[in-house]
Amino acid sequence: MDEPSVTEPGRPERLERPERSERPVRASAEGAEVAGDAVAAEEAVAAGDAVIATRALTKRYRGGQLAVDGLDLTVPAGSVFGFLGPNGSGKTTTIRMLMGLIEPTSGTARVLGRPMPRAARAVLPRVGALIEGPALYGFLSGRDNLLRYDAADPTADPRTRRARVAAALDRVGLAAAAGKKAKAYSLGMKQRLGLAAALLQPRRLLVLDEPTNGLDPQGMREIRTLVRELAGDGTTVFLSSHLLDEIEQVCTHAAVMARGRLITQGPVAELAAGRRGRLVVTTPDTGDAARVLKERGAAGIVIAGDRVTAQPPDGDLADLNAALVAAGVRVRGFGTERASLEDAFVALTGEGFDVAG
Amino acid sequence: MSRAETAAAVRTPRPLWTFGLLRSELLTTFRRWRTLALLGVLAAVPVLVGIAVRIETGDGGSFGGPGGGGEAGGGGPAFISQVSNNGLFLVFTALAATLPFFLPMAVGVVAGDAIAGEAGAGTLRYLLVAPAGRTRLLLTKYAAVLAFCLAATLVVALSALAVGALLFPLGDLTTISGTRIGYAEGLGRALLIALTVAASLVGLAALGLFVSTLTGSGIAAMATTVGLLITVQILDQIPQLHAVQPYFFSHYWLSFADLMREPVYWDDLVRNLGLQALYAAVFGSAAWARFTAKDITA
Ligand SMILES: Nc1ncnc2c1ncn2[C@@H]1O[C@H](COP(=O)(O)OP(=O)(O)O)[C@@H](O)[C@H]1O
Ligand SMILES: [Mg+2]
Repeated sequence: MDEPSVTEPGRPERLERPERSERPVRASAEGAEVAGDAVAAEEAVAAGDAVIATRALTKRYRGGQLAVDGLDLTVPAGSVFGFLGPNGSGKTTTIRMLMGLIEPTSGTARVLGRPMPRAARAVLPRVGALIEGPALYGFLSGRDNLLRYDAADPTADPRTRRARVAAALDRVGLAAAAGKKAKAYSLGMKQRLGLAAALLQPRRLLVLDEPTNGLDPQGMREIRTLVRELAGDGTTVFLSSHLLDEIEQVCTHAAVMARGRLITQGPVAELAAGRRGRLVVTTPDTGDAARVLKERGAAGIVIAGDRVTAQPPDGDLADLNAALVAAGVRVRGFGTERASLEDAFVALTGEGFDVAG
Repeated sequence: MSRAETAAAVRTPRPLWTFGLLRSELLTTFRRWRTLALLGVLAAVPVLVGIAVRIETGDGGSFGGPGGGGEAGGGGPAFISQVSNNGLFLVFTALAATLPFFLPMAVGVVAGDAIAGEAGAGTLRYLLVAPAGRTRLLLTKYAAVLAFCLAATLVVALSALAVGALLFPLGDLTTISGTRIGYAEGLGRALLIALTVAASLVGLAALGLFVSTLTGSGIAAMATTVGLLITVQILDQIPQLHAVQPYFFSHYWLSFADLMREPVYWDDLVRNLGLQALYAAVFGSAAWARFTAKDITA
């Protein structure tokens, strides 16, 4: 059986961007759109309803590992909130505390305005969660898996159970495979069934822990499209990821974690905008260009093909361009790339993003 | 935003919800291939015993010599000498043959896997965020294990009843005390004995459930529970330990034979049920204390 596709035909992805290296210079259309969503979410914050709020949240595992260290997180209502950090930075640990699966060592967490884990029974029916990948009963069909998870929710109406399960399966494009045993599902199908379990009821908050982990690019696109659709319905989405691109494509807000500590949080556009982007010079005379840039104080010069990139020096970039031309460099293109979250991350931590905590 | 907000407005738990979860739990347990395999093995035991007795007594003699009954010595399980005279005795014989090991082993597997298996598969975290509630989930799991105890015992009894009726004559039967009772009353005693045997497994079920909350591996929990069972069964045979043996969950298991006396000898039966209740209370509480405070990281 073919995997049904989540992506609707004729509905291209909203925020799909080209390869990093060819990222368009200056503010782009998608940048503006992200900013627009961010404004809407900002208003919700002004209204004072943080969907998730933690204070000095800390978790030390029994082995002594300090996994989350003094986390102060605020997730505004209506946002698509990216929780970004390399593997081992404490994302899943934070989510386990938010969902009442583990007890914080110290600090507090409030979800939908109620303390967790104390108010779990009131809060969790309104939260859909995908934590550390899907977990299914392999010997049950996809549909029976959802029926079981729904039966575990005390607020779920048994009279509408079958209809809601069917709707959730439909939503993630699994209607055709609903009768198949879950152990026969591909990873992408399992991931979607996990998402369907999070969609059995109308939710105020969706917590998705690395929902695209292990998927191929097509599967990733499908899941991201789905997340955007869900966010479009007004559900707040808390999305953890170790992929910078994913956060930049999908999220209005982001928090960046490293080694269990929160490094920064805020609207995605602001996080990146606070940094100066990289200077990009396109020229056939890369050697000369690099020399001139260096003389003018540019750091971190990288030559790739006919592109020379560098951290721009202080001062007016027009003067720099003039200097290049005066030195006989044939400049085809000159500008700055919009700063990415990765630039922000590197600037904040002084280390590359791939470092595990 | 309004759609999500209004639709997700306060939903209150439904009073009958617990039964929905129990129903789901029972369906899940009894649709498992493993559960069905265990029940299949248990159903096969009376068939094997019946055929063995039939072959042994094919020449018209009686199995294991005269006498027998509840205090069967080296001649095999209790009541086996009577089977060739009355097929109903195969029920008692099969229960006596499976109670020391097969039945509790099956219960140990199901109880040990109850929580640990879900933890190992990761499904536990999704049940808890559903949110099933830790206390309710534990109670539901225990209820499902008890249902399995009953189902397993009834499978042995019904299989034995059918095989006994097929291979041997039926009719009035003689109690251990030597009095005769009618076949209908014999059937009643058989049912009572089956229920007593199922109740004998209640303590082990609680112990298995407790072990199940200690680990994230279903296999480890099953092996530990079955290992404890074997250890206790061996220790129960060592004369030097007779001072503590009355506290072993299996010590009074074979007291169900006393239901075949006339009048019934209740002392050990009551001790058995009391001991099972004690185990259920102690290990049930321990399982609750452990499970409600546990970090679920699997
Ligand atoms: N159950 C656990 N016991 C002990 N240490 C753990 C456990 N789970 C995670 N850790 C440690 O806590 C840190 C954070 O892990 P995690 O929250 O899973 O990070 P992430 O989800 O960001 O990859 C890591 O160093 C990890 O090794
Ligand atoms: Mg993780």
